[in-house]
Amino acid sequence: MRSLVLGGALVGLIVLAALLSFLWTPYDPTLVDAALRLRGVDWAHWLGTDRFGRDVASQLMVGARTTLYVGLVAVGVAALVGTPLGLLAASGPRWLGELVARVNDLVLAFPALLLAIMLGAGFGASTGTAMIAIGVATVPSFARVARAAAMQVLTTEYVLAARSAGRRPLAISVRHVLPNVAGLLIVQSSVSFGIAVLAEAALSFLGLGTQPPTPSWGRMLQESQELLAVQPRLVVVPGVAIALAVLGFSLLGDGLRDRLDPRLKGVGDAGR
Amino acid sequence: MIVAEELSRSYRRPRSTPFGPRPQVRALHEVSFEVVAGQRFGVVGESGSGKSTLVRLLAGLDSPSSGAVRFDGQLVSGRRQRDLDFLRSRLQVVFQDPMGSLDPRMRVADIIAEPLVAQRIPGRAERVAEVLAAVGLPASAADRYPHQFSGGQRQRICLARALAPRPQVLIADEPVSALDVSVRAQVLNLLSDLVDRYSLTLVFVSHDLSVVRHVCDTVAVLKSGQLVELGAVEQVYRRPRHPYTRQLVRAVPTLRGALAGITAADLTP
Amino acid sequence: MLAVDRLGVRAGELDLVTEVSFTVSAGERVGLIGESGSGKSLTATALLGLLPEELTASGSVRVAGVEHELVGAPERLLTKLRGSRLAMVFQEPMTALNPAMRVIDQVAEAREVHHPGRDRVLVEADALRLLEQVRLPEVATLARAYPHQLSGGQRQRVLLAMALANDPDVLVCDEPTTALDVTVQAQLLELILAGVAERGAALLFITHDLAVVATVCERVLVMYGGRVVEAGPVREVLTEPRHHYTRGLLDASDLESTDEHGRLHAIPGTVPAAGEFPSGCVFRTRCGRADEQCADLPPWTGVPDHGHACWHPVGGDS
Repeated sequence: MRSLVLGGALVGLIVLAALLSFLWTPYDPTLVDAALRLRGVDWAHWLGTDRFGRDVASQLMVGARTTLYVGLVAVGVAALVGTPLGLLAASGPRWLGELVARVNDLVLAFPALLLAIMLGAGFGASTGTAMIAIGVATVPSFARVARAAAMQVLTTEYVLAARSAGRRPLAISVRHVLPNVAGLLIVQSSVSFGIAVLAEAALSFLGLGTQPPTPSWGRMLQESQELLAVQPRLVVVPGVAIALAVLGFSLLGDGLRDRLDPRLKGVGDAGR
Repeated sequence: MIVAEELSRSYRRPRSTPFGPRPQVRALHEVSFEVVAGQRFGVVGESGSGKSTLVRLLAGLDSPSSGAVRFDGQLVSGRRQRDLDFLRSRLQVVFQDPMGSLDPRMRVADIIAEPLVAQRIPGRAERVAEVLAAVGLPASAADRYPHQFSGGQRQRICLARALAPRPQVLIADEPVSALDVSVRAQVLNLLSDLVDRYSLTLVFVSHDLSVVRHVCDTVAVLKSGQLVELGAVEQVYRRPRHPYTRQLVRAVPTLRGALAGITAADLTP
Repeated sequence: MLAVDRLGVRAGELDLVTEVSFTVSAGERVGLIGESGSGKSLTATALLGLLPEELTASGSVRVAGVEHELVGAPERLLTKLRGSRLAMVFQEPMTALNPAMRVIDQVAEAREVHHPGRDRVLVEADALRLLEQVRLPEVATLARAYPHQLSGGQRQRVLLAMALANDPDVLVCDEPTTALDVTVQAQLLELILAGVAERGAALLFITHDLAVVATVCERVLVMYGGRVVEAGPVREVLTEPRHHYTRGLLDASDLESTDEHGRLHAIPGTVPAAGEFPSGCVFRTRCGRADEQCADLPPWTGVPDHGHACWHPVGGDS
């Protein structure tokens, strides 16, 4: 319960900052002004300015947008590809299940970083290639969770009852399996979101993700790493933002797990 | 109505050593019997007797390793699911666990309508209302979820679902073994009423010979996948011929017996 | 040997068990009968001080020879008593055994805990002897097996051996045979009876099955809605019950007696969920005999171990 509230609050804060940035930011986050270079924290610039004189607070707000955008698309791709794959693997013939499991292992073993470098080399590094790379790397975890959960649901008596009622396999997947694994998939989404945020920051830091001038937390880190000794604030601010975002999504995932796990439903009927 | 011909079913267990053979488990071995229309056919067996396997084979939810199941002359075993529509509309199953056999995320109305939807039978809403009334549940039950009901009420919901497509045969797999004693009698009475009212043929599977004796006219006794005794229920209960049946009859503690001085030691062979 | 006085179990504002009082003497076998939600298992758990954190017990539980009151006793004392003076056999043997430990080691551990410093070889010999006593088949092999390699009946034998390991004064069995086949149940019942008889221990046997209670026990308590509604000698309670719930339960479980339409005598309605039992007499919402008077809590008629709580007892007042 506590993790749900805390995680929800952190995620809510980031979403709010991102939404607000569409309407209003203290300054234009991409406005370079040599006169304002490396200003400290004051009333005009809440979090100071970076070495190009850009307002850090504004960059942070718009960077939240990038972060959420990447997470949303990457997790969306992974869920849309991984979930049907997992369900198919669970309800299809045995060889298909084995095949999906093996391909899953293969993708898992393939470093996402290498994929991002390859995509970047092929299409030019951008937010888009980062999203695809992260999304592809996240597919196996969805497929795996969906398969395991679906296999459990498929052994229940209500699925047996549905079969004896004359339901076809596809209808059983859609009507019975999906609703009963949805909770776990939502939990997985939240956890994956946190990982995606971290991955995006890492790729941008390496120059394989979001390109200038679009603000991104990972690039904010990269651009100020040399100033760590002089102006630690410039590294700490995006670093803390990334950490809080990852923490927020993980906590939210944990909290949702307690809430949504179908295995915890119906508990409390004192059985003999 | 239902004919089982030399039904066998074995499963392969996973290997216990990397290159060893996969051990086979014989769940059912050459079981033959016939259930005629209007009969109340009981199947008694303990855990590992193969009674659950038998239910699945009769209901076309699993295929035998050898042997055949026929329903009203038509072959059930070995057919693809989509070729079993004739069976689905005429034979329905009630499972043991009244909670486990109801999808926790579906409303009661949708649960009961499921066979109707699957078999594209029109007039769903009316039929759902009809069968709810038939099993003694209020019409308001339709909008609620399974966890809002007690065990006995859930088993009524299962019965309603089974009755919805107007089947001729009902297979009940341990329908009362998860219920409290005070509720068990209600559900057994209801089951008897429904079988009478709709002229159903009943296959009643249980571990409890005394329940089968109350409900059924004929009984088959299964042990380790084999049919060891088959006959009129009173005959089997009063004069069991197979030693296992004798042991089974003897092992069930009864109130009358206990008050007449039968001790725990008398229950064991 | 065991004296329970006005034992209660509460979950926040909710009374789950109310004013349960009874005694069990050495060598005596007492049954506790009830359906789901009757509070019978909670009563057992409270006796051993094993209630989950969110539940609180009140009243008194005393064991002969122990100075201290057990309700609210420090965990250290309870740990010392559990397994030595008070032992319990649970319904689900699989969850009550450690899956990663050989069964003989678990029996040995149960014994060693209360015999510290005893030679390991002797302890293992004790454990093997206990497993032989509960007639674990092929004991030489199966003693070295892990719980998942045993059948349900064999696991329950192991659990019984562990419970008897330190010759307890009181053995509490909570539905020990409910998950077992009838042929296995018969054997286990015999073992439990032999085990307590040999040790002169007091037995509290909890079950929903009237026939099992009649076979095993001398006295019985009938629980419904968290209260004891009737208590007395088995033969009397089960042949001439005074409470309408006992009467109903007896009729409902008798599959040989039916009305003129061949129907079983059922108790109307369902067992209410915890906290939804009526005030006054807990059974009045399902009782054919209930009237306005039943809205008041019926007083206990008789002595704690023999009596009933009903305004209109079966067979009239006497």
